[in-house]
Amino acid sequence: MDFLSYLISGISLGSIYAIIALGYTMVYGIAKMLNFAHGDVIMVGGYMSFMATTHFGWPPLLSVLFAMAVCTLLGIVIEQLAYKPLRSAPALAVLITAIGVSYFLQNAALLIWSANPKSFSSVVFLEALRLFDGRLIISGTTIVTIIVCLVIILILNTIVNKTKVGRAMRAVSEDKDAAQLMGVNVNKTISITFAIGSALAAIAGVLLCSAYPILMPTTGAMPGIKAFTAAVFGGIGSIPGAFLGGILLGIIEILGKAYISTQLSDAIVFAVLIIILLVKPTGLLGKKVLVKV
Amino acid sequence: MSDSRKKTKMVPLPSQAIIPERDTAEKPILEVHRLGINFGGLVAVEDFNIAVGRTEICGLIGPNGAGKTTIFNLLTKVYQPTSGAILLDGHDTSNMNTAQINKAGIARTFQNIRLFPTLSVEDNVKIGLHNQVKYSMATGILRLPRFFSSERRARERAMELLDIFDMTHLASHRASSLPYGAQRRLEFIRALATNPKLLLLDEPAAGMNPSETEELMSNIEKIRDQFQIAIILIEHDMRLVMGICEGIAVLNYGKIIAKGTPEEIQSNPLVIEAYLGKKKGDQ
Amino acid sequence: MGRLRLKTSTDNLLTYGLVIVAYVVIRILIAGGSISSALQGQLVPITAYIVMAVSLNLTVGVLGELSLGHAGFMSVGAFSGVVTATLLAGAIPTTWLRLALAMLIGAIFAGIFGFLIGVPVLRLEGDYLAIVTLAFGEIIKNVMNIIYIGYDASGIQFSMESTNALQLGEGGKVILSGPMGAIGITKLSTFTAGFILILISLVIVLNLINSRAGRAIMAVRDDKIAAESVGISVWRYRMMAFVTSAMLAGAAGALYALNYSTVVARKFDFNTSILVLVFVVLGGMGNIRGSIIAATVLTVLPEVLRTFNEVRMLVYAVILILVMLVRNNTTLQHLFQRIGVRRKKDLLNGEKGDDA
Repeated sequence: MDFLSYLISGISLGSIYAIIALGYTMVYGIAKMLNFAHGDVIMVGGYMSFMATTHFGWPPLLSVLFAMAVCTLLGIVIEQLAYKPLRSAPALAVLITAIGVSYFLQNAALLIWSANPKSFSSVVFLEALRLFDGRLIISGTTIVTIIVCLVIILILNTIVNKTKVGRAMRAVSEDKDAAQLMGVNVNKTISITFAIGSALAAIAGVLLCSAYPILMPTTGAMPGIKAFTAAVFGGIGSIPGAFLGGILLGIIEILGKAYISTQLSDAIVFAVLIIILLVKPTGLLGKKVLVKV
Repeated sequence: MSDSRKKTKMVPLPSQAIIPERDTAEKPILEVHRLGINFGGLVAVEDFNIAVGRTEICGLIGPNGAGKTTIFNLLTKVYQPTSGAILLDGHDTSNMNTAQINKAGIARTFQNIRLFPTLSVEDNVKIGLHNQVKYSMATGILRLPRFFSSERRARERAMELLDIFDMTHLASHRASSLPYGAQRRLEFIRALATNPKLLLLDEPAAGMNPSETEELMSNIEKIRDQFQIAIILIEHDMRLVMGICEGIAVLNYGKIIAKGTPEEIQSNPLVIEAYLGKKKGDQ
Repeated sequence: MGRLRLKTSTDNLLTYGLVIVAYVVIRILIAGGSISSALQGQLVPITAYIVMAVSLNLTVGVLGELSLGHAGFMSVGAFSGVVTATLLAGAIPTTWLRLALAMLIGAIFAGIFGFLIGVPVLRLEGDYLAIVTLAFGEIIKNVMNIIYIGYDASGIQFSMESTNALQLGEGGKVILSGPMGAIGITKLSTFTAGFILILISLVIVLNLINSRAGRAIMAVRDDKIAAESVGISVWRYRMMAFVTSAMLAGAAGALYALNYSTVVARKFDFNTSILVLVFVVLGGMGNIRGSIIAATVLTVLPEVLRTFNEVRMLVYAVILILVMLVRNNTTLQHLFQRIGVRRKKDLLNGEKGDDA
């Protein structure tokens, strides 16, 4: 029974990673950049929801929408100001800029909200589920997290595969120049991708803080790195890959904590990543690229 | 000297030689038996057989997509063959990787020039001399006497090689800043620097004007005579191919459809068909 | 623009000269009492970061592979160096010799880790290679957090549980205490030691770049397939660069750790790796002098910005973003040229450093 319980918390944590990883993977797939500031957008999402509920007294659902709106705007602004001018710059220059943005967000948060941790009250008020005579308890947050993740995946899949915007995204990720020649507005498509990724980060931030209710300026950093790992795990650029990678990472982390060592749980996660990449060098669902000579 | 050499050209395996009636006095430098590769079911090359003499210049021609560059990639182990054997100077190469193939004696150029673009012309040639002028990493870091003597030797050799194509004055230029034709020549020199027995040239005349091509032709022959090496070249410029190749193999859809001397190839109906398509009346 | 400088030797002399002059000037300033004690405290860390930046530049700039876990090697060097220095305290009373040995052992251990990590890492390419170096950096940090080492009359004791599990006898001393890190370190590092380590790193890296092995490494960076086609073993030279880089980071780690009384593994985390990467990219890929200048300026900058106090890190972030934008955006560059601002060759145009 313990195992089942751990497994479910693993899936729940993994769902959060998956939602964050989706943001990473979509941006990577389309703009071919590692957006290191993504983790910090999560943190901003957390603070926005926190502000809305505690300071403005808004209902939880409205606070989530508020956080999404702010993060979407933030994502677009970051993209326009910091990344767009570097569209033709070397990848490493963009990476360092993203790190700069990450520093900026963390330190701005530090100034506004101070380093003191805020205790976040969950936005979920669903009753916990008691199964097997109360031997297996699944919290409301866990249930909602998993459901939200599934819904997001379904919506995203529909957007990418069924809509005109999605087609533009696929075209840009395949070949930016060719897409441009075919009349796809590349800049707009990239902006939309950032907007979607940032909105997802806001949701992830709220869910993360609901499950682990400590909010600090550095809250997003580690989940950000792990979600990035999850995206690579699944094959960066692939939406099903991000989902699979996120869930697996969550399960490995929780099971590692429970059965091997609390202190080494992160090390275990990263060790599994390394092993996977050695067996499948482009991730679980990544495409193998044949070098043309 | 080159005359006496030409007479000893060989082909002991009549079925595989490009020109069957050639002198068989000497072991061929390259023998390829039933070479083949498929990419996930798609057969790119199959049943490719060829033998190349020690100082032979031979041409590999065929329509676009026939598998010519794939042959070069197989010979140099950029791709692993799915079937067949490659014997270099009588030795099996099946366990070798690309770097070992080069050490064993095959050097090549690339269809889409692959220089070391951020390095100088001189350094590009010196990198070609990597296995010719050797000293250890520690010698380099500690600047031991051997470092200076080796570096001097490498520089002298690099200049000699650059001189073949009159490029010594470009030695300190960044490779990527050279005009297209000079880049091709530099890649040629870099391959020569590795002291090969067999040189594979992938479209050496691409992008050159007729007078440059003319010069290239005489240079290829000059290099063969001077270095006593065999050369296989892929080329679309038929004037070059017919002008300097002693044997020609024609490839279509991954298979050899004809082998022979330039005269034989020019009059071969299969070759004409592969290049020009069937006449309407024949269908 | 196309002509590469032939005078690499003069260029390298300029780099050595810069370091030596800076050292002499700082010595004079210290003697004259015109350097604040806060800044004096930064001198050893700055030299350690310079060595980190120079060594990472070997991986990122010269070999062309993005490493996000360079601090992991610093960590290995730091802790093995501290253990060495502490164990040798009785045997070798000469502090500079003890420090030198600690840095050497730190370099060797980091080199061994570099090799072990390099075996799997160097099979990968590009972003995947980067993420695996990140993963190894995090693993090293985690593992260092559960290592306990102590010594007593019966020898060295090792545990992965707690200090009690070391079962130290009478007069025993704990050197590494898990999450508490290395404790009770005798401070050995000096500014001069850091200066010498910088010179050694420069000799190694600059001489390597301008030799047969260095050309092979750069050939691999520029085009792996072409490098193989001229008989260069790609694996061998990637490993050579990677291990050399790790060893220098290990020595820098020992220097850094022996400057404090305690050092924790958390100090050498992802953020430190990124910090060093920022030095390298801002200083210019493959531009060693640029790395030195960037490491110095960016370590001193937060100190200088102390007058802004709370907003200083925010200002730092903005400066970082602006510098990247100015350096890489063509429109902004034209604008700057129009208003007559000539780009500083070393710091701002370092990316194309070798065709300057």
